[in-house]
Amino acid sequence: MTQLPVALLCSYSWTWSWGSVQWPRQRQDFCRVIFFSGSATFTTRIRPMARTISGLACPALSIPYTGAGLWSPKPNTPTVGFNQNMANLTPTGQPPNTGAAQSFGSVMVIPEMKMGKDRRKKMHLSKMYSIRRSGFEEDHSQIGGPGFSRVVYCNETGGLEANKFQNYADNYVRLTKYTPVTFLPKSLFEQFRRVANFYFLVTGILAFTPLAPYSAVSAILPLVVVIGATMVKEGIEDWQRQQQDHEVNNRKVKVHRGGGVFETSQWKKLKVGDIVKVEKDEFFPADLLLLSSSYDDAICYVETMNLDGETNLKLKQSLDVTSSINEDSKFSNFKATIRCEDPNASLYTFVGTMNFQDQRYALSPQQLLLRDSKLRNTDYIYGTVIFTGHDTKVIQNSTDPPSKRSRIERRMDNIIYFLFFILFLMAFFGSIYFGIVTKDDLDGDRMKRWYLRPDDSDIFFDPKRAPMAGVYHFLTAVMLYSYLIPISLYVSIEVVKVLQTIFINKDVHMYDEESDKPAHARTSNLTEELGQIDTILSDKTGTLTCNSMEFIKCSVAGTAYGRRVTEVERAMAKRIKGEDHFDENDIDSYSHPSVKGYKFEDERITHGRWVNEPHSDVIQKFFRLLAICHTAIPDVDEETGKVTYEAESPDESSFVIAATELGFEFYKRTQTSVSFMEFDPKSKKHVERSYELLNILEFNSTRKRMSVIVRDGEGKLLLLCKGADSVMFERLSKKGRQFEEKTRDHVHEYADAGLRTLILAYRELNEEEYEEFNEKFTEAKNAVSADRDDMISEVTDEIEKDLILLGATAIEDKLQKGVPETIDKLAQAGIKIWVLTGDKMETAINIGFACSLLRQGMKQIVITLESPEIVAAEKAGDKNNIAKVSKNSVQKQISAGKAQINASKSEAYALIIDGKSLAYALNDDTKNEFLELAVGCASVICCRSSPKQKALVTRLVKEGTGKTTLAIGDGANDVGMLQEADIGIGISGVEGMQAVMSSDIAIAQFRFLERLLLVHGHWSYRRISSMITYFFYKNIVFGTTVFLYEAHASFSGQPAYNDWYLSLYNVFFTSLPVIALGVFDQDVSARLCLKFPFLYQEGVQNTLFRWRRIFSWMLNGLFSGIIIFFLCMNSLNPESYDKNGKTAGMEIMGATMYSCVVWVVNCQMALAVSYFTLIQHIFIWGGILLWYLFLLAYGALPASVSTTAYKVFTETLAPAPSYWLVTLFVVIASLIPYFCFKAVQMRFFPGYHGIVQWVRHEGQGNDPEYDINMVRQRSIRTTTIGLTARSIARDHSFDPHLER
Amino acid sequence: MDASTRTRSNSNKPKYSRFTQQELPAWKPILTPKWVITSFVIIAILFTPTGLLCLWASEHVVEIIDRYDDDCLPDSYSTNPDLYIQSRSTNKTCVRTLKVPRKMTAPIFIYYQLDNFYQNHRRYVKSRSDKQLRDPDEADETEDCKPQDHLSGNDDEPIVPCGLVAWSLFNDTYKFFKGNKAIDIDKKNIAWESDKKYKFGSNVYPKNFQKGGLIGGGELDDTKPLSEQEDLIVWMKTAALPSFRKLYGKINTNLEANETITVVIQNNYNTYEFGGEKKVALSTANWIGGKNDFLGISFLATGGVCFFVAVSFILLYVLKPRPLGDPTHLSWNRNQAAQ
Repeated sequence: MTQLPVALLCSYSWTWSWGSVQWPRQRQDFCRVIFFSGSATFTTRIRPMARTISGLACPALSIPYTGAGLWSPKPNTPTVGFNQNMANLTPTGQPPNTGAAQSFGSVMVIPEMKMGKDRRKKMHLSKMYSIRRSGFEEDHSQIGGPGFSRVVYCNETGGLEANKFQNYADNYVRLTKYTPVTFLPKSLFEQFRRVANFYFLVTGILAFTPLAPYSAVSAILPLVVVIGATMVKEGIEDWQRQQQDHEVNNRKVKVHRGGGVFETSQWKKLKVGDIVKVEKDEFFPADLLLLSSSYDDAICYVETMNLDGETNLKLKQSLDVTSSINEDSKFSNFKATIRCEDPNASLYTFVGTMNFQDQRYALSPQQLLLRDSKLRNTDYIYGTVIFTGHDTKVIQNSTDPPSKRSRIERRMDNIIYFLFFILFLMAFFGSIYFGIVTKDDLDGDRMKRWYLRPDDSDIFFDPKRAPMAGVYHFLTAVMLYSYLIPISLYVSIEVVKVLQTIFINKDVHMYDEESDKPAHARTSNLTEELGQIDTILSDKTGTLTCNSMEFIKCSVAGTAYGRRVTEVERAMAKRIKGEDHFDENDIDSYSHPSVKGYKFEDERITHGRWVNEPHSDVIQKFFRLLAICHTAIPDVDEETGKVTYEAESPDESSFVIAATELGFEFYKRTQTSVSFMEFDPKSKKHVERSYELLNILEFNSTRKRMSVIVRDGEGKLLLLCKGADSVMFERLSKKGRQFEEKTRDHVHEYADAGLRTLILAYRELNEEEYEEFNEKFTEAKNAVSADRDDMISEVTDEIEKDLILLGATAIEDKLQKGVPETIDKLAQAGIKIWVLTGDKMETAINIGFACSLLRQGMKQIVITLESPEIVAAEKAGDKNNIAKVSKNSVQKQISAGKAQINASKSEAYALIIDGKSLAYALNDDTKNEFLELAVGCASVICCRSSPKQKALVTRLVKEGTGKTTLAIGDGANDVGMLQEADIGIGISGVEGMQAVMSSDIAIAQFRFLERLLLVHGHWSYRRISSMITYFFYKNIVFGTTVFLYEAHASFSGQPAYNDWYLSLYNVFFTSLPVIALGVFDQDVSARLCLKFPFLYQEGVQNTLFRWRRIFSWMLNGLFSGIIIFFLCMNSLNPESYDKNGKTAGMEIMGATMYSCVVWVVNCQMALAVSYFTLIQHIFIWGGILLWYLFLLAYGALPASVSTTAYKVFTETLAPAPSYWLVTLFVVIASLIPYFCFKAVQMRFFPGYHGIVQWVRHEGQGNDPEYDINMVRQRSIRTTTIGLTARSIARDHSFDPHLER
Repeated sequence: MDASTRTRSNSNKPKYSRFTQQELPAWKPILTPKWVITSFVIIAILFTPTGLLCLWASEHVVEIIDRYDDDCLPDSYSTNPDLYIQSRSTNKTCVRTLKVPRKMTAPIFIYYQLDNFYQNHRRYVKSRSDKQLRDPDEADETEDCKPQDHLSGNDDEPIVPCGLVAWSLFNDTYKFFKGNKAIDIDKKNIAWESDKKYKFGSNVYPKNFQKGGLIGGGELDDTKPLSEQEDLIVWMKTAALPSFRKLYGKINTNLEANETITVVIQNNYNTYEFGGEKKVALSTANWIGGKNDFLGISFLATGGVCFFVAVSFILLYVLKPRPLGDPTHLSWNRNQAAQ
């Protein structure tokens, strides 16, 4: 009261009530009070008398009025106010000047600003948004009841606190599968859940009984090796997962430690009730209740990309009561109790109350900050921890990643079951034969095969109990024929897949320089599935696009400006001409230092040259509109004077930036005005223009436009509007359509170049019109009823008409590098691509064009629920009716679409469906029809789809078509889709980790998908399928010889081979080559894989792992086994086999036959391999060598160990020429059938890879280019999407207009 | 290098190596006509002479086989061979005459051949104790030998060598005469060296052998260690198939062509009960072993087949030339053609 300014003109005082104004509780001694009165603003500084003022009611207060003299429009005085600090003044005393009193509109009290760097945080931004406050609603009555039992005592640091007794989960998040304790039992259990492993466990146990045809050790050892190897792999994988957990759990956050001191602590140490301070661009460590922020009105911006994939910032605001507790020191005495719901997975609800200073306040999701979302545009916030660790909503939302198994593995299981069937069949017939023969041995007292002593036999061979003996024999046989089942198959596959994932991880072509991220395969289960993808379901934002917008072109007054070439245009040009016409250097030569969000280049407009253009006045209006009509906030760097902008969406900021770059520099926003510097063509100087900002008519998806109403320097009222072409053109006035036709053409052109377009228009308003509007608008805004939004849109609808067209902007929603080319390549490979996006339809369609998923001339089938009848039904509000009408409509549209497709098959169709319709289309009774329609279309775009819908669509495709699906996405909203698809690919380029964490493979850029699928996928598929078929082959060869020998030993269960030959067959002599095949084999090189995308169809059509091929290999194995057995038997028996006259006993016969088997299967491998590296040579020939080395070493062991193998090689086999001759002969004879087959197939029925191999081979000949080009031309699949299709279509097209 | 200077120590860029980039140098063969024809021709060229060589070698082996089990059964016992063979009192001597077709040069190997005798039956194969055979101290190791483990249930009297294999020792004997002159049969070194040295102990003597209630086959000289009982060693090297030959002895003198030799057989071994056959065989051997045309014929046949295949391929390639890498086989091209 004492601080009366000298320049006091008049002094008087009155009292008024503050309404809902809250007195700011800053340290400042002074507050600035701003009076708003019509067009003038008065401001004054006061010293708050009572600092304890809070709550709703305030005591009367006297303020000296200093008059207009102190109005200070200093450019850098931020005077944007927050609405809760504003109040309508209701004078209660009688002011001396009645005129002044009447014109007083409102008053705002803000703390005195310190000038300088931290001034921005004091800005009050909430006016621009219509935040709805929550009161106590019915939900709140449940608090304390079941499901709402959580009680959080805030800020109880140290000591024995109530929170401790409540035993809430700590903030440690564990995503590993095992703990050290559970590892052994759990992983063993996992292992023996596999039928084959279980079978081997059973035979291993049986091997300890006298039933066993071999020694127990030799049976158990391979199992131990196999299981051990798998467990080691599991262990390593889980350990890596643990490392990730460790990183997350040890992130740092500032926690209140009492006395207003905040200390850095690890995330895992957070407890419920802790007060934390989170700074800009940090992730929230747990679910927090927002208490206050660096902004005075305690709002903060949150990026929830990790949770729902949405990139626009969400606004959160704390309760008023806590908003002033926004400094470290103020927390020393802070106490509050929060009662709220129990942990649950619902991201968008929260019910709770807070007891603070003996008052109870309702809490809403508005105050809840979720773990894994990120603080943006806000310097810091304070919050109290409510849910920790596994209680947090995001973790509650994450389900265990479903363990996925590839199609091939599932089929492999079937083959194993089939082999089991064969095995049991063999054992069964053997047992019957054995039983009969055994029974026959004893005829009364007469023994037939007396040397077996059938009269005095144990149960296993007792003729008197022959059926029993048969049953026991069955078990023996089951053990003996176990060599049909490749025991090492699973472990070999695991080893191969781990190595394949290493190749994926190490591929330098899939490393992203910018984000410094290589590809990362998180599970090794699915590598071969990558080679069989039929449909790709892709997210849009962050996956196809970078989510950065660049102003690239514009059309003003019917003239198109902007010379830059878009990615899409370049990609197309490249396609057509075969080379990059738009040389990078070319572009760089006329570009100045690049500005993010701005890629506009046109010498007619830049550097102020627009004044010389024919319609320079329109151009001026156009850019003024860009500089005014937005909600961005400028941030002027004090030192450099450079302005940066904080905008809600990247498009907005790109507009402002474009305006700035073209000489309309927006630099100041107050709560009532927008100011920018502009080049004035007349005075040739930069002049400041300030527009009074009257209303902002916000953007939303139904309006598809946003407007501002401003008063310009001359007092003219203007409505500036920008919006989508679909809503804007119809709102033009008759006079305003001067440039319409040309603008429309340009807009189509832009859309075809993959750009997002907005139409800019304006109108002048007269005062009466505005007054009327403002009244209605304020009323609508202040309405609390449910149809508030409708009221607002109705009011705004009325004023946003009779517009005058200025032009259109074209923004490149920057596609990620190489996206169009990749899509083109994938389309040529025959892969279908669906885009599932949360974006609005227009955006999605734009991107569809940008990616060449859509093109001009493609028939678009749009399914939407925005028809008048639906809107009418919605207005009526009867839920059942809405559902019914909507459903009918969707069904009708689907049927119509199908009819359209059936009518003309030669056309290319695109299906575009929005989220609402999708909800109905995915109903059980319509979904199959929908799927049929979608499959009939070349490209499918689902817009406005929720995460759940994405997952449902994925499931529909997966289950409906029975084909392999791949989902790719980057946000948490894609998690469901990623987990549902056969393969989930996470994009790791952006910061969000949620998608990556639930993906199977993470890559940094969409374009790496090309290499991942066409090269790694193709190879992996080929390798794994060859490997598996080969595995069955080699075991069948071996099993056949064992079985045939059995048949010659009256099915008594005696193997011809030594125990260790038997058990080492799978793990030793034949496994390394097959692993080498699985790891290294390449049908064609990576370069050719990419050059001939049709190769990929081998995987999609599953030509390498269809039953025909599998059975052929099995038959091949059977023949080889038979050939080996009979040739060996007949060559060596019964006469002497060497010149010493000795005859071949079981040892010699067994070892010879075994040698032949090892030779045959390894040579067969050599024939099957098409890529011989040194490693292949070492493994294949090494495998054979190993057998001889083993034979030497094993034979050199004491006879008690080596038994029948004792010195067998050195003494008898090696010196006998017949042994070597037999080996040579048997090997070649067994391989001839396959060799013939392959020669014929390669020449006359080559597979896709065979063709390319021929091409490569011939390429070394005289005329390589001719052949390659011819094959390429003919092998390129006629696609309807992609750049190729577009360029072809463009050549044929006569009608450049988009057909809808 | 711009890139290298920019590479920070914490860069995640995978290091380039030919291994991780899967660019290892490799030989990428494909089955061109040249390859195919060459391979088949080579096999044919390789196999034909080898087959001829084998046949030629086999041709040089002289072999005489005589089945005697039926013929040595006196007619009076023909309906009841068991009685004849199981009786100790019947005359088991049987005389056979063999004619030498061509000159047989020493050493001439004498074999006995059994057919339909399942020496590879699991019960039979397992019924032995290698430990016992090796080591005199392990005489009690008769676990697997049942029922030929101990003398009628007396645990202190283990049978050495125990088990069915030893028990059923072949015990027919052969004596050869050229005219009236006996031909010496050398029964030394008919077993494997390794067996004699390591598997059958030189200090292990037969004990309680064939002393049980049922006598199986031959008896052993209790005074000779097992390592010298070569008949037993040969017998215990179990045959792979139910039809097998085992070495009986060697004749170290030449037999001239058309000579007649008389074999005096003691027909002791019971093959009548299980319907087996017994044969005596005389054979020479060379590098390929005994007489076996199978290998040679197979080689020749395979060589012939390969030659035939090679010719067929040549014809195929000539008659049906097709542009290499013809993409008309691609399914979509086929489908388009069909449409």
